[in-house]
Amino acid sequence: MFKYVLQRILYMFFVFMIITFMCFVLIRMLPVPALPPNDPHTPILMARREALGYNKPYLVQFWIFIKNVFTKFDWGVSEKLYIGRNVWDVFVEKLPATMIVNLYSILWTIPVGIALGIWAALKKNTWIDYTISTLTMVVISVPSFVYAFLVQYIFCFQLRWFPFLMKGGTDYFSWEMFKSIIPPILSLSFGVIAGFTRTTRAELTEVLTSEFMLLARTKGLTKTQATVRHALRNCFVVIVPGIFGEFIGILGGSLIIEKIFSIPGVGGLTLNAINGLDYNVFILSTCFYTAIGLAAGLVVDVSYGFIDPRIRMGSKK
Amino acid sequence: MEYEKIPAEQFRFVQKDESLHDKALQTKARGFFADAMIRFGKNKSSVIATVILLLLILYSIFAPIISVYDIQEKDKLYVNYPPFVASVAKKNLGILDGSRIFRSQNDVSMNSWRGIAEETGMDPVLGVVGTHETQVKYRGQMVTRLVYDLEINAYYAIGIVYQVLPFAEYEKIQAWQNETGIQVIYPYVERKDISDISDNANLWYKVDSKGAAQLDADGNFIPVYSTREEIAAPYNSIRIPSDPGNYIYSFIRSGAAECRINYYNYFRYLHDGGEPSYIMGTNALGQDIFCGIGVGARFSILFAILVSAINLTIGAFYGAVEGYYGGWVDMTLERISDILSGVPFIVVTTLFQLHLAQKVGVVGSFLFAFVLTGWIGMAALTRRQFYRFKGQEFILAARTLGASDKRLMFKHIFPNGIGSIITSCALVIPGVISSETSMTYLGIVDLTTYAGTTIGTLLSQGNAVVTTAPHAMLYPSIFLGLLMICFNLFGNGLRDAFNPTTRGIDD
Repeated sequence: MFKYVLQRILYMFFVFMIITFMCFVLIRMLPVPALPPNDPHTPILMARREALGYNKPYLVQFWIFIKNVFTKFDWGVSEKLYIGRNVWDVFVEKLPATMIVNLYSILWTIPVGIALGIWAALKKNTWIDYTISTLTMVVISVPSFVYAFLVQYIFCFQLRWFPFLMKGGTDYFSWEMFKSIIPPILSLSFGVIAGFTRTTRAELTEVLTSEFMLLARTKGLTKTQATVRHALRNCFVVIVPGIFGEFIGILGGSLIIEKIFSIPGVGGLTLNAINGLDYNVFILSTCFYTAIGLAAGLVVDVSYGFIDPRIRMGSKK
Repeated sequence: MEYEKIPAEQFRFVQKDESLHDKALQTKARGFFADAMIRFGKNKSSVIATVILLLLILYSIFAPIISVYDIQEKDKLYVNYPPFVASVAKKNLGILDGSRIFRSQNDVSMNSWRGIAEETGMDPVLGVVGTHETQVKYRGQMVTRLVYDLEINAYYAIGIVYQVLPFAEYEKIQAWQNETGIQVIYPYVERKDISDISDNANLWYKVDSKGAAQLDADGNFIPVYSTREEIAAPYNSIRIPSDPGNYIYSFIRSGAAECRINYYNYFRYLHDGGEPSYIMGTNALGQDIFCGIGVGARFSILFAILVSAINLTIGAFYGAVEGYYGGWVDMTLERISDILSGVPFIVVTTLFQLHLAQKVGVVGSFLFAFVLTGWIGMAALTRRQFYRFKGQEFILAARTLGASDKRLMFKHIFPNGIGSIITSCALVIPGVISSETSMTYLGIVDLTTYAGTTIGTLLSQGNAVVTTAPHAMLYPSIFLGLLMICFNLFGNGLRDAFNPTTRGIDD
């Protein structure tokens, strides 16, 4: 198992490096943006560019970039948005806002989603099941900006319960802040709830109809005992990796929700970098999103192996 | 009954002089697709979804054609205006009347509404929604005043605006007025007569320096229309009823005529007499949302179908090669698709926009971005199907008979997996529409010059004015939501119908 995990991590790192290399070269191939002529930072930035090898071959540039990242954790400085500031510092500043919104959102949605899924599966083919399944289907299809609109219009405008936008500042655990991030949390929640409901229902209905459940009932367990001890455990084999994946995903957040509620997070930073052509920020965002995507896949795969001894894919080989 | 000793005469031949045949099949033969369609038809929700989906597609085809306004027509002042259709609004049904709520209107603003109504003959006030009492300080004493919440017809509320017209245009409007009898140009009021207020063209009566009307003893407005003929351009057209004949209708300002224009009637002049009819209102650019949704949806659906078709083709070939040959071929190709699928979509889109937009256009580079990673899911699916079928006996038989690899792949294996491949295509289309909408919503891709507008663009314009003009976000949201739900239900229905494990269960 350990060997398998190690293999996967190495492979992931390899893929990550190739993707970084491709994006890095594609970004460096773009025309180098001009610096503002009279800014005090300009000569320093020009010197930095020289040191980063802007007029050398791309392979050399990439080598310098990777060397800086791995030895000094230096991702370069922002040249447009936060002129002269270290990109990594800016990035770390933005991370908490994204994380807090997503964390709150999944903390309450995962239990609710799983509970709804279990309820629907236990009441299979009744009106409860039909209602939950149909709603799940509908909710999963509708894109998140529609929810954001509804939440903003109904709760923020008509009822005036919450402020429109996320509050500024860094007091992430104050009551005011919590109140101001309820709308984005709500908007994010619908999709997550529906996703977990659907997975749980599908898994649990399948487990409930399998033969060992019949055996469990035959040997005298009550329905509750059989469901909790046998059915749920088996259906969690699929759900738990999903939860892990979701937890990795909180780092990434949602670009759309961040834009609508003006959350000062990573997504907003990425969008600004794209629109303002701040390439150093954009490279960091690219690496970040790539790493998150790969890490989520890795965690899901590995946790399957840990939870369910039947699926130790690597150990067979 | 006794079976041991049956007498010989009880036996008789089943057949003696005739040959035995199987009976011809009485049931009708039913193919794979026909069977799937029958099962699809039994799924009520999918059928309903399909019907709605067809209606939405018809809408996207015909809305831009039947719409009164072209997507390129951008009204300058009717911006973010609520739904309004003149013929319906006149029936006072409470719908499509361009109504917007104005809160806390005091006496001064009530008078200004009255002023607009009296001059133009179009009363913007549709009704009073609420009345509140407020305490205000007036000359050192607290006085109780009434304020009103009004329902205002936004299209009438704009009233009169200043407009500088070239003389040719000025003459043309006069001619049009004579022809139709609709008053566009209203008598001119000099700024000095309305306390030098220069930004409100709706003042035609005596006001104080704050713009509050000064009424005469009977509570009527005191008109202050100018009669100085020397400052005006010649006017030979219809006059307002209260005009004794010496009012002037323009003011010569740097070689053009500045006029007070009734914007509603000016709109009719611009549109050959047609009154505003915005079924879903207008957006931030003054475009008709009814038309905009159709134009955007038409682009989205066509684009999604194109993307799915390309991805289906590439993915099918790629997956076929992977699945059929297996071994190191599979290994290498899988690594490539692993790497490609690891690149975040937003990064792909951005890089393609930055690199290719100038060379192949915005749509082309957007298409490439979708194609670069979009086929991976399809390839994985095809690969699975190939692994499932390639070891089976009929393949061995075909190979023994000397079929080539190509023939085995595309004549024997592929048709067996085609059901699930096609149905997954129906679920790919909504996915493409969704990401396309997100990208245009975020402004990473700007398709407005190519497609006119897109649903994502409409939504992002609407989101900026969500409090003042919720309709601008509401209708695109409803359309997109319905489209997504129906596409997904339709796709799920297809998938269940083509799923071979459920075949024949409920016959």
